Amino acid sequence: MSATAASLMQGPGSHVRPQDSLFLRLYGPRGWSILAICSVIAFVVFPLLHLAAPASSAFHVSSFWVTLVGKIMCYAIVALALDLVWGYTGILSLGHGLFFALGGYGMGMYLMRQIGREGQYQSNLPDFMVFLDWKDFPWQWWNTDQFWWAVLLAVAVPGLLAFVFGYFAFRSRVKGVYFSIITQALTFAAMLLFFRNNTGFGGNNGFTDFKRILGFSVTAPHTRMALFCITAFFLIGTLLLARWVVTSKFGRVLTAIRDAEARAMFCGYNTVHYKVAIFTVSAVLCGIAGALYVPQVGIINPSEMSPANSIEIAIWVAVGGRGSLAGAILGAGLVNGAKSFFTVAFPEYWLFALGAIFIGVTLFMPRGVVGVLHRK
Amino acid sequence: MKATDLPELGAAGTVAEHGVVLYLDGISVSFDGFKALNSLSLAIDAGELRCVIGPNGAGKTTMMDVITGKTRPDEGRAVFGQSTDLTRLSEAEIAHAGIGRKFQKPTIFEPLTVFENLELAMKADKTVRATLFSRLSGEDGDRIASTLAMVGLREAPDRVAGLLSHGQKQWLEIGMLLMQEPKLLLLDEPVAGMSDHETERTAELFVSLAGTRSLVVVEHDMAFIESIARKVTVLHEGSVIAEGPMEQVKNDPRVIEVYLGR
Repeated sequence: MSATAASLMQGPGSHVRPQDSLFLRLYGPRGWSILAICSVIAFVVFPLLHLAAPASSAFHVSSFWVTLVGKIMCYAIVALALDLVWGYTGILSLGHGLFFALGGYGMGMYLMRQIGREGQYQSNLPDFMVFLDWKDFPWQWWNTDQFWWAVLLAVAVPGLLAFVFGYFAFRSRVKGVYFSIITQALTFAAMLLFFRNNTGFGGNNGFTDFKRILGFSVTAPHTRMALFCITAFFLIGTLLLARWVVTSKFGRVLTAIRDAEARAMFCGYNTVHYKVAIFTVSAVLCGIAGALYVPQVGIINPSEMSPANSIEIAIWVAVGGRGSLAGAILGAGLVNGAKSFFTVAFPEYWLFALGAIFIGVTLFMPRGVVGVLHRK
Repeated sequence: MKATDLPELGAAGTVAEHGVVLYLDGISVSFDGFKALNSLSLAIDAGELRCVIGPNGAGKTTMMDVITGKTRPDEGRAVFGQSTDLTRLSEAEIAHAGIGRKFQKPTIFEPLTVFENLELAMKADKTVRATLFSRLSGEDGDRIASTLAMVGLREAPDRVAGLLSHGQKQWLEIGMLLMQEPKLLLLDEPVAGMSDHETERTAELFVSLAGTRSLVVVEHDMAFIESIARKVTVLHEGSVIAEGPMEQVKNDPRVIEVYLGR
């Protein structure tokens, strides 16, 4: 019993006093130093090596790497978002891929509008609409030529869905594995919906062949680098926000809900409100990550909503160490790094490797990589 | 944290008015045809220390579930204070109304420190927005310190609660109830797993608390009951079969038959 308690010690606030200043509350000197080093790498070293170093130089960072790291940073935001609800609040959502994809579709609509008349059919409408013989944009596409509107959609749609879904699920006291299963069903249902051509989002092909974002070519090195830096900025912002949340009294209530929900209720906390709040924030973060992901990767389609994708997100967090924010980022990086390596070197074996990683971590590293690092 | 201005144990206050703080009237609860409570009626006076005993399955825990909103009765009324209808409120609302509950098994927030456990339990605005921006005032710190002293955890504010001994966990949970400043405390087997010394200290604490607030104690430990009880209620098969001072209840033939005699 005490061993489990000790293993959970790194929960929020174990070493933080509520009266500490905000700066110290977030991180100690070591944490801030690591964060500063990472910022320098993302905002100075990477741009210099990509844009200034000549392509022939050994120090040149190719656009492949910029896109790969940019993509993994988006995944890291998703991992942080899931860690808030799973690691800290004990709610295992296996539908976070849906919120990510919805954010991606929001941004994707804008990117499709930016193609203008340069598509195959040289129409104002995206190619798939011409192909379906549609004469006008369906209602979902209203105002999507406006960047601000697309960003709003990317944030508000996942947030609203999570709010409504979470409210009904948590109010009905759906918990544990039952909640996980219905979130799987939710993302699966959404995938089937988006597969249909009539839904108006390009069916199984989704959106691709983007040309511009805010008038800049999406393939230009400077645009790529700008997207990379914006993603890094949002990742650091998400980390600090999440850290602020988990070190606040609100964060301690989340932990309380995770470990003794009945006690939290009898202490006078309406746990439904807390769970809905953190679930909604988490979905919004996923939406932001999705919106950053699509212009960098250049494609969004319904397979992003496949149940397996959402499970993979949970594996990132488990590998890194749930209940640790640094762990979530580390897990997203390690698993996706391994994935990029495997899918190039041994494409058929990636899923086996993923399964092996998951089993290995569950058996030997219950607290994930961070748990091992902490033990030393 | 100052240790000087702590309230002394045993300094029981007196209650001026003598009203009823909790009134259960004809409460019935059945689970799949099994009557856990069978038109149970009970009144607890303000400032009273009441002990509830009864064999396993008598409905003691179900009664607490009804009072705290965890279980809805099929019939009957549960009124708190002047006119608060408990059967219509959620668990959290009942907690805010002034009822604190200790579970059979100590239920605390194990990964948090003792201090943080008390901080979370403290009477405060417990909405999402308030807790996000909450900062601890010096006054709050003093209140936590005095509770720490009251439950014998003065030396351990930074201990992780999961690492406390069983008895200390029970005390921490009682401390958390006190932080809520309830008018009525429901205590389900509060001395289970405590050493004799801890049990004695608990008895002292409860006696000192009675008067300023009402306590309902469910216990199996007869020695403990005898050391604190003024009035005892005996439950059997979901109803009250006897009520009165310990001496009288002990000699009631029905009570002897269903409970003590076995």
